[in-house]
Amino acid sequence: MQGTDFNIETVEFLDPSGKLKRPLPDALGGRDKLIHLYRIMVLTRVFDRAAINLQRTGALGTYPSNEGQEAIGAGVGLAMQDTDVLVPYYRDVATQIQRGTLLEEILVYWGGDERGMCFSNQAEDFPVSVPIATQCCHATGIAYAMKYRRQNRAVVTTCGDGATSKGDFYESINIAGAMKLPVVFVVNNNRWAISVPLEKQTAAKTIAQKAFAVGIDGIRVDGNDAIAVYQVVSEALEHARGQHRPSIVEALSYRLCDHTTADDASRYRDQKELDQARELEPLIRFKAYLQSEHQWSETEDEALYVDCDSQVKKAIDAYKATPDQQPGEFFNYMFAKPTANLEKQKKEYFAEVKRHG
Amino acid sequence: MAEWTLLEAVKQAFAWELGADENVVVLGEDVGVNGGVFRATDGLQETFGAERVVDTPLAESVIVGMAIGMAAQGLKPIVELQFMGFIYPAVDQIINHAARLRNRTRGRITCPMVIRAPFGGGIHAPEHHSESTEALFAHMPGLRVVIPSSPARAYGLLLAAIRDPDPVVFLEPKRVYRLGKQEVEDNGAALPLDSCFVLRDGIDVTLVSWGASIKETLEAAGKLSQIGVDAEVIDVATISPLDIETILDSVSRTGRCVIVHEAARSFGVGAEIAAQLAGEGITSLLAPVKRVTGFDTVMPLYRYEDQYMPGVNRIIDAVKESMEYR
Ligand SMILES: Cc1ncc(C[n+]2csc(CCOP(=O)(O)OP(=O)(O)O)c2C)c(N)n1
Ligand SMILES: [Mg+2]
Repeated sequence: MQGTDFNIETVEFLDPSGKLKRPLPDALGGRDKLIHLYRIMVLTRVFDRAAINLQRTGALGTYPSNEGQEAIGAGVGLAMQDTDVLVPYYRDVATQIQRGTLLEEILVYWGGDERGMCFSNQAEDFPVSVPIATQCCHATGIAYAMKYRRQNRAVVTTCGDGATSKGDFYESINIAGAMKLPVVFVVNNNRWAISVPLEKQTAAKTIAQKAFAVGIDGIRVDGNDAIAVYQVVSEALEHARGQHRPSIVEALSYRLCDHTTADDASRYRDQKELDQARELEPLIRFKAYLQSEHQWSETEDEALYVDCDSQVKKAIDAYKATPDQQPGEFFNYMFAKPTANLEKQKKEYFAEVKRHG
Repeated sequence: MAEWTLLEAVKQAFAWELGADENVVVLGEDVGVNGGVFRATDGLQETFGAERVVDTPLAESVIVGMAIGMAAQGLKPIVELQFMGFIYPAVDQIINHAARLRNRTRGRITCPMVIRAPFGGGIHAPEHHSESTEALFAHMPGLRVVIPSSPARAYGLLLAAIRDPDPVVFLEPKRVYRLGKQEVEDNGAALPLDSCFVLRDGIDVTLVSWGASIKETLEAAGKLSQIGVDAEVIDVATISPLDIETILDSVSRTGRCVIVHEAARSFGVGAEIAAQLAGEGITSLLAPVKRVTGFDTVMPLYRYEDQYMPGVNRIIDAVKESMEYR
């Protein structure tokens, strides 16, 4: 075998024009689940635009956009069961909102406030991980605990294509294979890691094939196709839960946005490439599919956008109405029991606040 | 003479040394085509080529480990790590190898390299982008730790770091990256790596700081002069090895010392300076050495980072306490 040629299939259901290439998965039969997938994508898109606007007006800190990544999160979120655990990275809004994370919590976090990580509706999912690929390691530990307790659960962890260059990623997929852990590594291959294109990131033709080196399953899926992502991740999770078979799911997407609001992709990325990628983006094809196969009307579509707009507006209001932290709150969560040293420093801090406000 | 920000001074030092020494190679994430996320290497790849200004995969451990191998072969790698918060995957390489290679091989193989990283808070950056953990590296035998606080010192100290025969951790205070310009002569002249810089003469109290906190320290000194307190201000610049002589000399004249740093207080660089003052400067001291620092907590996310950072008021209060001590 040629060292670099594994010929891994890419699972696709919807083509870019919105035509089904193969029968719809049974679990998605009927209109409701499909509309749910679409709704999540639209909500994520609407939220994303609003978040970028908030950043531009100074009401939010640096924000990593999800534009072009919506189908991955929509599919992953729907494929997961409530009892599974998500260990996300920072482009997973569409997954997180299906897991119970509130839009306003996401804003609170990127607005520079730890309370955005204290999810009110989610006890076990991790907050996003900024140090690249570190979360992959945590996912293996959570999976170990599930297996240890003989639970029928699994973990999904996500990362980008760039992250797969890191030791943490390789170490995690390897230990998951060696210990047969119930974990799925979903790699959002959006072709760029800030300014570094995939070709400079790795000589591997696919990221999925990295799985084979450590003896786990590797599969590719069209990351612009929410149905395909749903189906592939569902199966991967079944294998993880039932057979303790870990896997890598490489979701092929494209980062339609700047890396973050602090980035200017026009410095390093060809406009033509971006324009071409736009034609493949996930929302357009899904709408076309709903229209042609499920009688989705323009009126319904407009109503959906109006509804998402209002949901996002409410979240922004809630974000803006979030009361300030107590002064010195950052002292309170260092240890289960406050240390004498910290108590002393806290007093010092309050004395200072009293003197100078 | 050119007028540069600290960031431009870093780039100009690169440009000078890339031009002067063909062994110099710059590597890191996004340093090439994009010119670095802060633009510290902007345009350098165009001028010096992709073999000398190298975009790497996203993998800090191998970036630093690879630089060790390059250095062993006589190249002079300059590594950029995007933020100090992302230096930790490479700590194994830095501590277990870069810092020890000379010793392990009795000088047969050495490690002349620079590891650069922007650090510190105050720019409303996301989580993990604002910490100051210079003490971790200062504590490690075999490493130099250098922190410039002005464009001129960034230029001169970076050149010195590149030319130094041993590994240097070069930490750049990003809060003052673009804060004001300074005239710097672009003549390739290095500054001494092992000495503090006295930025302001004074007779009443010695203020010791480094990095971005120099800004607040100088501001405090200015305000203190209006109430009749004449503060001497020392920029430590090279944290390790520490030029304690300059600090001891100053304290022998002032008798009082306040140390200012953004990093957490306990076990920090301020503690080392205080310990050395307690040891060798005890007879000069008229008051306990004071530290104005970040707290021993996780650095708050940006909305609350000001509560954490040592500001001008806290410095002035500490100086007043020191002056009142009898
Ligand atoms: C360990 C570490 N190194 C560097 C960074 C800075 N950084 C943030 S995102 C990023 C690129 C990540 O690319 P990829 O994994 O492809 O994810 P994407 O952002 O494209 O979704 C880098 C280098 C970081 N956050 N953590
Ligand atoms: Mg990417």
